[in-house]
Amino acid sequence: MVNLPIYLDNNATTRMDERVLDAMLPYFRDNFGNAASRNHPFGWKAEEAVDYAREQIAALIGASEKEIIFTSGATESNNLALKGVAEMYISKGNHIVTLVTEHKAILDTCKHLEKQGFKVTYLPVGVDGLVDLALVEEAITNETVLVSVMYANNEIGVIQPIKEIAALAHAKGALFHTDATQAVGKIPVDVIESGIDLLSFTGHKMYGPKGVGALYVRRKNPRVKVTSQMDGGGHERGMRSGTLNVPGIVGFGKACELCKQEMAEETKRLSALRDKLESSLLELEESYVNGNTAHRLPHVSNISFKYVEGEGLIMGVKDIAVSSGSACTSASLEPSYVLKGLGLSDDLAHSSLRFGLGRFTTEEEVDFAIKTVKKAVLQLREMSPLWEMFKEGIDLDTVQWAAH
Amino acid sequence: MAYSDKVIDHYSNPRNVGTLDKSKQDVGTGLVGAPECGDVMRLQIEVDAETNIIKDAKFKTFGCGSAIASSSLATEWLKGKTIEEAMSIDNMDIVEELALPPVKIHCSVLAEDAIKAAINDYRVKNGMEPLVEKDRIH
Repeated sequence: MVNLPIYLDNNATTRMDERVLDAMLPYFRDNFGNAASRNHPFGWKAEEAVDYAREQIAALIGASEKEIIFTSGATESNNLALKGVAEMYISKGNHIVTLVTEHKAILDTCKHLEKQGFKVTYLPVGVDGLVDLALVEEAITNETVLVSVMYANNEIGVIQPIKEIAALAHAKGALFHTDATQAVGKIPVDVIESGIDLLSFTGHKMYGPKGVGALYVRRKNPRVKVTSQMDGGGHERGMRSGTLNVPGIVGFGKACELCKQEMAEETKRLSALRDKLESSLLELEESYVNGNTAHRLPHVSNISFKYVEGEGLIMGVKDIAVSSGSACTSASLEPSYVLKGLGLSDDLAHSSLRFGLGRFTTEEEVDFAIKTVKKAVLQLREMSPLWEMFKEGIDLDTVQWAAH
Repeated sequence: MAYSDKVIDHYSNPRNVGTLDKSKQDVGTGLVGAPECGDVMRLQIEVDAETNIIKDAKFKTFGCGSAIASSSLATEWLKGKTIEEAMSIDNMDIVEELALPPVKIHCSVLAEDAIKAAINDYRVKNGMEPLVEKDRIH
């Protein structure tokens, strides 16, 4: 028996691990001190806990603990990285290179910087979601201060060639930032090995608490600095003021430690489950995987089911919690800009589902999901005039639709 | 979004899903909407030429739960009605019956359009004047 609804939206957020919660609880109770209080044991205890968490977190990405700047989450980390670098290195240049498939926390921050006079190049991606390195090289100029490319995409799980992109940035003297929100804790990430200068990540995507994240800021070769975006007590080496969220940081640290310990085994288990889910759903006619499948997170699958409408599909699979590539607001539908970025037509983008498996996903749940999705797709196609026309061999592109 | 029980019922147990032979003289077919808008409805009626009564109605819909429910309900309402009675079905009747939220009113509009398109098709096929389209703001 499986408990319904089944959670398969682990790219949105994850359930906190009980071991993380247990680690956090004392810091809500007796050890409630402010990590910046230097004069009494309450403060010392809190600081000690934060220092320990910093080590746990740094270890997961191959960094030194002094390079971890705590934030409220990946959105803040991305804002701090982009705005902080842009302001700090304004004398060097005013150009940023990024991708069209980045998270809104990057894209909207870039738009903000454009309004302030910065120039931003938004590189396209191929049909598989990967960026062409030649385009990256071409885009970087002597004016470029920062190249920001996400490690793994949140909608399709595609992993970009981070090391190669970082090298291209460095060759022209630019810094390299990556939004690694989806990647850290799921696949090996090493800031030294990949030549990453700044890296954003967050606790709640890896079975830790919400409201706590970090920005890795390199301290050596080169020493990177970002201009703080909030004024205050000068915490976090002056880059991010504000009293530290001690229980959150402790939980984030524990979550990182667990991910590091269990990653190898978990990757094997999840990719086997994901592959089972994916191959079963691809047995349905006219279903397609979105994004490159060779360079992809082990727990993610994004599939389009042609001739089925996305919102109707979501309703049909209400017993499983998944995300759709279609955001239906009012009378107009907005298909996912990431899938559009891959060159998908509106109808394929609308009819996609994103499955994000996680630490607590069981094989029974995956089996149930397979059954549920297959049933819904077949039922909706039975009801779909487009499916009937397709089966009759009518080319839907030639139909004169009564525009609405 | 929370759907009403009636929408869920029509979505889970759609009435009159299917296809009538569109080449037949007594069948009227209405196909409205467009795939890129996320809604396509096909509604068909089979009319008794003597009595002008709709003997059968079928639909197929590509769309959200509200669009499916609106067209399913429309076929239920159409059966047994005369063409004239069917003409008077207003989208707001559908909105009320299914308790559609404001963002889903366009689904009911589409259903009303599909009814009118099917009737029109039947009329033209049988040598009658096409209906004058009411201007709508979608």
